[in-house]
Amino acid sequence: MIGGLFIYNHKGEVLISRVYRDDIGRNAVDAFRVNVIHARQQVRSPVTNIARTSFFHVKRSNIWLAAVTKQNVNAAMVFEFLYKMCDVMTSYFGKISEENIKNNFVLIYELLDEILDFGYPQNSETGALKTFITQQGIKGQHQTKEEQSQITSQVTGQIGWRREGIKYRRNELFLDVLESVNLLMSPQGQVLSAHVSGRVVMKSYLSGMPECKFGMNDKIVIDKQGKGGTSDDATKSDLGGSGKQSIAIDDCTFHQCVRLSKFDSERSISFIPPDGEYELMRYRTTKDIILPFRVIPLVREVGRTKLEVKVVIKSNFKPSLLAQKIEVRIPTPLNTSGVQVICMKGKAKYKASENAIVWKIKRMAGMKESQISAEIELLPTNDKKKWARPPISMNFEVPFAPSGLKVRYLKVFESKLNYSDHDVIKWVRYIGRSGIYETRC
Amino acid sequence: MTDSKYFTTTKKGEIFELKAELNSDKKEKKKEAVKKVIASMTVGKDVSALFPDVVNCMQTDNLELKKLVYLYLMNYAKSQPDMAIMAVNTFVKDCEDPNPLIRALAVRTMGCIRVDKITEYLCEPLRKCLKDEDPYVRKTAAVCVAKLHDINAQLVEDQGFLDTLKDLISDSNPMVVANAVAALSEIAESHPNSNLLDLNPQTINKLLTALNECTEWGQIFILDCLANYTPRDDRESQSICERVTPRLSHANSAVVLSAVKVLMKFMEMLPKDLDYYGTLLKKLAPPLVTLLSAEPELQYVALRNINLIVQKRPEILKHEMKVFFVKYNDPIYVKLEKLDIMIRLASQANIAQVLAELKEYATEVDVDFVRKAVRAIGRCAIKVEQSAERCVSTLLDLIQTKVNYVVQEAIVVIKDIFRKYPNKYESVIATLCENLDSLDEPEARAAMIWIVGEYAERIDNADELLESFLEGFHDESTQVQLQLLTAIVKLFLKKPTETQELVQQVLSLATQDSDNPDLRDRGYIYWRLLSTDPVAAKEVVLAEKPLISEETDLIEPTLLDELICHIGTLASVYHKPPSAFVEGSRGVQHKRLPARTGSGESAESPDVGQSVSVSEAPPAVIPSQGDLLGDLLNLDLAPPTTNVPVVPSSMQMGAMDLLGGGLDSLMGDDSETLGGDLGGSPAMGVAVGGAPVTMPAVGGGLGDLFDLGGGVGMTSGFYSPPKTVWLPAMKAKGLEISGTFVRRGGVINVDLSLTNKAMSVMTDFAIQFNKNSFGLSPAGPLQVLTPLSPNQTVEVSLPLGTTGPVMKMEPLNNLQVAVKNNIDVFYFSCHYPISLLFVEDGKMDRQVFLATWKDIPSENEAQFQIKDCHLSSDAASNKLQGSNIFTVAKRTVEVQDMLYQSIKLTNGIWVLAELRIQTGNPSYTLSVKCRAPEVAQFVYQSYELILKN
Repeated sequence: MIGGLFIYNHKGEVLISRVYRDDIGRNAVDAFRVNVIHARQQVRSPVTNIARTSFFHVKRSNIWLAAVTKQNVNAAMVFEFLYKMCDVMTSYFGKISEENIKNNFVLIYELLDEILDFGYPQNSETGALKTFITQQGIKGQHQTKEEQSQITSQVTGQIGWRREGIKYRRNELFLDVLESVNLLMSPQGQVLSAHVSGRVVMKSYLSGMPECKFGMNDKIVIDKQGKGGTSDDATKSDLGGSGKQSIAIDDCTFHQCVRLSKFDSERSISFIPPDGEYELMRYRTTKDIILPFRVIPLVREVGRTKLEVKVVIKSNFKPSLLAQKIEVRIPTPLNTSGVQVICMKGKAKYKASENAIVWKIKRMAGMKESQISAEIELLPTNDKKKWARPPISMNFEVPFAPSGLKVRYLKVFESKLNYSDHDVIKWVRYIGRSGIYETRC
Repeated sequence: MTDSKYFTTTKKGEIFELKAELNSDKKEKKKEAVKKVIASMTVGKDVSALFPDVVNCMQTDNLELKKLVYLYLMNYAKSQPDMAIMAVNTFVKDCEDPNPLIRALAVRTMGCIRVDKITEYLCEPLRKCLKDEDPYVRKTAAVCVAKLHDINAQLVEDQGFLDTLKDLISDSNPMVVANAVAALSEIAESHPNSNLLDLNPQTINKLLTALNECTEWGQIFILDCLANYTPRDDRESQSICERVTPRLSHANSAVVLSAVKVLMKFMEMLPKDLDYYGTLLKKLAPPLVTLLSAEPELQYVALRNINLIVQKRPEILKHEMKVFFVKYNDPIYVKLEKLDIMIRLASQANIAQVLAELKEYATEVDVDFVRKAVRAIGRCAIKVEQSAERCVSTLLDLIQTKVNYVVQEAIVVIKDIFRKYPNKYESVIATLCENLDSLDEPEARAAMIWIVGEYAERIDNADELLESFLEGFHDESTQVQLQLLTAIVKLFLKKPTETQELVQQVLSLATQDSDNPDLRDRGYIYWRLLSTDPVAAKEVVLAEKPLISEETDLIEPTLLDELICHIGTLASVYHKPPSAFVEGSRGVQHKRLPARTGSGESAESPDVGQSVSVSEAPPAVIPSQGDLLGDLLNLDLAPPTTNVPVVPSSMQMGAMDLLGGGLDSLMGDDSETLGGDLGGSPAMGVAVGGAPVTMPAVGGGLGDLFDLGGGVGMTSGFYSPPKTVWLPAMKAKGLEISGTFVRRGGVINVDLSLTNKAMSVMTDFAIQFNKNSFGLSPAGPLQVLTPLSPNQTVEVSLPLGTTGPVMKMEPLNNLQVAVKNNIDVFYFSCHYPISLLFVEDGKMDRQVFLATWKDIPSENEAQFQIKDCHLSSDAASNKLQGSNIFTVAKRTVEVQDMLYQSIKLTNGIWVLAELRIQTGNPSYTLSVKCRAPEVAQFVYQSYELILKN
């Protein structure tokens, strides 16, 4: 199990050091600094073995978090824990920075004591933690016995992510379908790989212990219903889903509140949600993806000192929709001496420090196209190595889900309190963003 | 309010000031001071001097302050044990607090204080907390048992905490169950043989129920524990798998990987024709692919594991090639791993895509990555024959780029392609030769030299090329030197007229001017071959080479199976068994995949059917040509005839020395090269892996061998211990050898069990012994007549003679053995009981005995105690006689019997012994006298063994 946990600033100074196991000595703190943080070479692995001690690290801005062990631990668990630890810290005091860590070091030690016992991760749901670890110190003395046992039963209970007795005047929930569409395209326009990784993020402000059921246009579910012949209109399009065709989901994972065995047997998604914002599910699709933009590159080398680049982008969605924050990044060789750009729309600039031409367009409607052409002057070099021609990448945001996913319903049942599914105000929003959206040139 | 100011106090006299503040009356000031102390502690300052002052702050109802003091205590208690006692009362009191959070905090902290005296006080509170009404306290107490066990294992056992912990597995709260499982698993790891985690269908059922309800971390503990269980049959295995599969949709990657581990392991037990087996295979792919959209560090862990899974069950991910395509901004460690998996998944169906990708990668910036990509192109050519042509042309394109490391890498792989497809792509040799000058890495130079030597007849200026290398012969690395030697000899055999001078030059460089024994030895062998029989030389050096295998860098099957049992853990990331990087007893236990059951075949029946009873079998022919060991040993090493100028004395030491020291490497590493192969080629990497090492005694050596009870294998009175594993499969590419020594009817035999735990058939077995103390040597060849198919065991009995070469070993009864098969040569050592060497005519005449006893100086006498022996003197005498220890005379003085006994060893050494047995006393006294006093110890061990079995 985890033997110790250290947090360093960018210089390698220790900000937090908590040792859980006797086999980890103080010298481990220095070993990591010397061998990893101060190492001359780029980090070649997130797991480093130094003198029979293994170090796992992640970096958040310029802060290093390292877990140390001498045993054969579950490596995936250690990384998951480090990420979780970052989440917990962020939700307590915002961005993970040297200043914030120093300002909250007592709190961090308190958290580390609670979420890691003898190196075994314990309940690390912020919802539960915040009931008894507060920045003002524990309310301890003022709690009644009932309150205390309520805390402990929540921390250890089956529904560790939600406390009892939550009340809202207005029951409301927000669903965000956030997708990032990834593409790798050959210069000839052939899709080498494309996938959408999506997340359904829910903000729930619901009273009591509501039982929820979530439905989407999952092909397996729709097909099953189709066969059954009972097209129950009431279950359909509660939330403005247009009831279009279904989509094939390659795989999905759920927040721990979702009953996995039920999903496995009936493919229904039912759960008692945590209060506030959380990620209900993640999914991945690879079939029938709507690629919002197509990039057509044309790079011509004119002699040894000049490059001509022409890039056309085409938007490929309903004309009534608007894409935003469009950015095309065209890499330039290291020996570029000057660039001239002409673009029809938006603004384009050569950024020498990034070795790229960055072309920005604020908005673009569907089924349109736009073009940029550039002349790149090169310094003559005797470097034999050819320019690697990194791919042209793109960023954008579109108001629909490129996977075609639609929310069909989200039903809320709370039998003990007197509000029904109809009283809950529900909001759904779809946002598609570019993930790694690259076209080779 | 910010706490960062605490980090900045660096004044002198700080400790003194802090002391004053800690003793302040004001609560706020006290708290501030403790915070400063903790901050100093964090940055590594020694604040242990403040111990009493900080501990004084412990008695407080401010929980934040209390936690800080506890943190301080955990850090410094060990250095101030006496002071730490002061804290005990508060702990004990806190364990009774009405607030469960405080009770838990106290028990949690106490467990972290590693002071013996405190540990004693911990027991009572812990016992209460384990049965606390509040689950939060119970789950904390469960972990505390593991902490306590780490400090004082005996105490935990004595106090019966283990039983309480076991009871917690049935707790109503899932988190308590999870922590109890974690604690028990950890404790069980340090007691490999205890039945602590008594996993049976009932407990498994409880765990599976808790699995649905506990936190993500708890699920990991439970799944990791489940993976250690071996189901009784395929039905149970399937039902567990069914209940574990929903975990594959968990958002936590560690839960997913642990679930994959359980499934991969239990799948072994399912019959392949079962529908469910197919369903399960299909279910595994999507979650594995999803892991690749996690954060890069987790991707890395996932990819290292996928690498194992792809080797074990390629069918799972065979259609998922695309997801392993490298993204431009993947971290380098992710890129390299993806590339590895791409090569493994490459097949005829996807090769076009893969090649296009690899070509793209070869133009990237990171040198390691580019090299690996180039290498990958070569691997594709070897793996998928249809693509070979395209691969070669891609490689040629890459060579045209003239990027130095790309060119070198390309040449290394092209050499392998030549080996795989002889006489097909040699037209490219000209292009390769153009790049001769730019090669500066040993591997690339060696590859190029091999190509020149191999195709010397097609390259007009081969002699010039090789000669150019020869100029700086002594500056080259060994790899290049060896290759150059072989290449020039090849050239000479192909074009003898023009190159006589060249070959003499290289032979003298290799034999006379080199310090490297490998190089010298190879040089001499060539020299002798060429000078005695050029025709034979041609046959050996220009022999047809075996084809290189398609898959390389495969993890050896037994290791792979073990690593599959460790999916998700560090072992799977390092691709090493835990014993390679974990200290102490933990994790040293090797895990194994369960065997398939339920198909009705019992484990023994096929063995008996196929085992070869060797004693009746006709003597086998000595292994034929092409047989490494056979070849080497048959080499005529007689004194030189005509042309050989210098023959060092080591040449005459005979075949036996090949197994001993100097020439070891010749047999292991480079023997392929003798046949004209290219040593050290990456394609041969697998074979080279197990470089010959004189292994330390297997197991604990003598002690182990002799302590074993059991009493099997009694043959004509001679006691032979049960077979022990001498050569574990891990160390011998899947060949496991266990054995024992036995003396049957005056003949020494070694009974061996050879088990094939690898995936491929083994043939061509041979055995040799190194020189040893008593000249033991095989009296015949190792007779394994039929090829040994995977999972088959063969029993062989090998008669031994005692006329072999003698060399004193340490310890005396140490025997070093080399066994070869078609795969490699393996070395191990074992210990034989010295009673093996007691001969049948070892009864000495009374008078002679008396005289000899007096004659041997008394300093040669050694005395031993044999304890716990309950035989009467007659029974003992009879028993010993069965093993050729003869009683010459018996004398009884009062209640004491004295047996005078004689033993003769195979080499004629006499051993005299006096055994004193007192009626009613289970302790015997043995006095041994011998002219070679070093055998006394071993004689005593034989007595001990014989009398007690």
